[in-house]
Amino acid sequence: MNIIVCAKQVVDISEMKIDNSTNKPILSGLNKKVNEIDKNAVEEAIKIKDANGGKITVLTVGEADAKERMKELLAMGADEGILINPPENMDYAMLTNILAGAIRKIDGFDLIICGEASTDMFSGQVGPRIAGILDLPQITYAQKITVEKDKINAERNLGDMVVTMESPYPVLVSVTKEINEPRLPSLMQILSSASKPIQDWTIESLDVIVESKVKTIDLQGVSTDRKNIIYKDDSEDNIQKLVDNLAKDGVLR
Amino acid sequence: MILVYSESKNLTIELLHKATDLAKELKTKTIAIIIGKDDDSLAQEYIAYGADKVLQVESNLEQYKAEEYADILDHIIKDTKTQVVLIGSDKNGKELASRLAGRLDIGCIIDATNVYIKDGKVTAERVVYSGNAISVEQFNSAPSVITVPSKVFDPSPKDDKRKGDIEKVKASFEKSASIVANVAELQSGGVNVEDAEIIVSCGRGMKNKEDLKLVNDLAEVLKGKTIGCSRPIAADLKWLPEEHWIGLSGHKVKPKLYIAAGISGQIQHIAGMRDSGVVVAINKDADALIFKSADYGIVGDLYKVLPKLTEAIKAKMG
Ligand SMILES: Cc1cc2nc3c(=O)[nH]c(=O)nc-3n(C[C@H](O)[C@H](O)[C@H](O)COP(=O)(O)OP(=O)(O)OC[C@H]3O[C@@H](n4cnc5c(N)ncnc54)[C@H](O)[C@@H]3O)c2cc1C
Ligand SMILES: Cc1cc2nc3c(=O)[nH]c(=O)nc-3n(C[C@H](O)[C@H](O)[C@H](O)COP(=O)(O)OP(=O)(O)OC[C@H]3O[C@@H](n4cnc5c(N)ncnc54)[C@H](O)[C@@H]3O)c2cc1C
Repeated sequence: MNIIVCAKQVVDISEMKIDNSTNKPILSGLNKKVNEIDKNAVEEAIKIKDANGGKITVLTVGEADAKERMKELLAMGADEGILINPPENMDYAMLTNILAGAIRKIDGFDLIICGEASTDMFSGQVGPRIAGILDLPQITYAQKITVEKDKINAERNLGDMVVTMESPYPVLVSVTKEINEPRLPSLMQILSSASKPIQDWTIESLDVIVESKVKTIDLQGVSTDRKNIIYKDDSEDNIQKLVDNLAKDGVLR
Repeated sequence: MILVYSESKNLTIELLHKATDLAKELKTKTIAIIIGKDDDSLAQEYIAYGADKVLQVESNLEQYKAEEYADILDHIIKDTKTQVVLIGSDKNGKELASRLAGRLDIGCIIDATNVYIKDGKVTAERVVYSGNAISVEQFNSAPSVITVPSKVFDPSPKDDKRKGDIEKVKASFEKSASIVANVAELQSGGVNVEDAEIIVSCGRGMKNKEDLKLVNDLAEVLKGKTIGCSRPIAADLKWLPEEHWIGLSGHKVKPKLYIAAGISGQIQHIAGMRDSGVVVAINKDADALIFKSADYGIVGDLYKVLPKLTEAIKAKMG
């Protein structure tokens, strides 16, 4: 089973601040990490590989520092990485044409796994968009996957119902956070991942047209001010103060 | 043309309002699409809510599949010279729109919170960075595919005298290689957290499902009666159905009072409740992130705080 996992490097938005003078989010200097659900995608790929054999390729469109994140995924158990530098002002059409172009170039794959969505832009557009470009069946929001020899079976969690789909290979699946618990690599694995290959591919080497369809024209920060009145313990007195405040705020009617 | 499609009737009606506005500005017409069995009364209703035409795509498809529905929409877009496609932003709607945009190599914006024409171009806003920013995006290509969540737009007033065309066509699509093997409905209690005025919400600080009673009791005295939860409570533990799940990947709520008990306050949870009026947090960890997003907080064990708070509020409210 040859598996491609699409994984993205994201900024850690929990540390994000808004610049008060410009009302823009401050993006520089933020820590970067692997998009959380992409670790679930790699974990699922490892489980499938352990049971069926094969190879796991991690594919990322990202800046050079994304290599550090890819190494974490190789340490978990992926076999190799392919990193492609993004063009300027990359939109979804450009990104997914690049990813699809790279996937076409990787010979012989059975399964592409994406995350349900990323933590920073959170659109969930990338997976199904790639499936559309490559004309592959898609199974999104999978909370459980069962791999058989000539077909995959996956449960889509739609909130109000669970739909079980079956598809032959090749197929694109996007997974939810609940599908598994990503492993923490051991020190040995981290050390040995250094020797696993990460190739740099250029967009020019892919047979794709990279053209923007949507342009970001503005980005405005949203900040909510809160009173932050925190009572250090649950004494009767504090509970009463809280209730009095809520009454004053007019929310106890 | 402005095309509107959603599996949900309510969402279709909401989108039709925006579609009519866009159609006026772009000097074109609106088409609502129904896929599946013919339904003339539904078609009439869509006309009453602003559709100039309803396209009833007859098919023997028992179930939705992204591949087949994208193929159907692809044909309609090409046949009708469509400029904008508005699709309801539920999970199926999002994957359908994305796939469609990929096939047609066109732009797509997911979860738009506003759509308008600016400098002659279709423009949409969406929330990014887990609620920390709003990005304004403009299409420089056509057609434009946009998905819109429920409750973003209000429906226009219903006008039963409105006239429109109903056209029936046979679906044309290529069969997908995948099959729907099973559909299991999940239990639901018809709760609507999005419209709730008061929400008492819980997270993994709860030790057992039975302990939800503490949350229920407080909700009861607050006459809000609505309880919410973090993703793990609904998605991992399944103690509450999906309709209670609040956050980035769950429901977005804006009650006048939001009480979070045993919720750590990760940014993905905050994304769903940041528009709340007053926020109260109860957490035993003084450093929990939730306190940063709270107006009032009590550091303590929710098993002690919730009953005390319930009693005190009961006394206050008489
Ligand atoms: C305001 C703004 C600023 C931006 N700044 C940057 C920037 O600085 N650098 C930049 O590279 N892009 C930037 N982008 C582009 C945007 O981040 C990409 O379109 C993004 O990579 C994919 O969008 P998403 O996070 O919604 O993906 P989703 O569709 O939510 O992601 C779902 C899954 O798709 C896969 N996936 C998504 N992105 C990638 C990827 N890049 N490589 C491999 N797999 C992927 C993963 O499996 C992921 O779990 C910016 C966009 C906006 C609107
Ligand atoms: C792409 C993506 C989307 C996501 N979407 C969502 C979403 O929509 N909604 C959502 O909620 N999460 C979402 N998450 C998950 C989110 O990151 C957090 O993991 C989740 O919100 C944590 O839930 P929690 O606060 O219930 O649990 P925990 O983080 O485990 O927190 C439990 C808290 O309870 C406190 N506690 C424990 N015992 C007690 C006690 N006796 N009394 C008082 N306090 C106690 C602890 O101090 C702790 O702060 C998403 C994650 C990703 C990656």
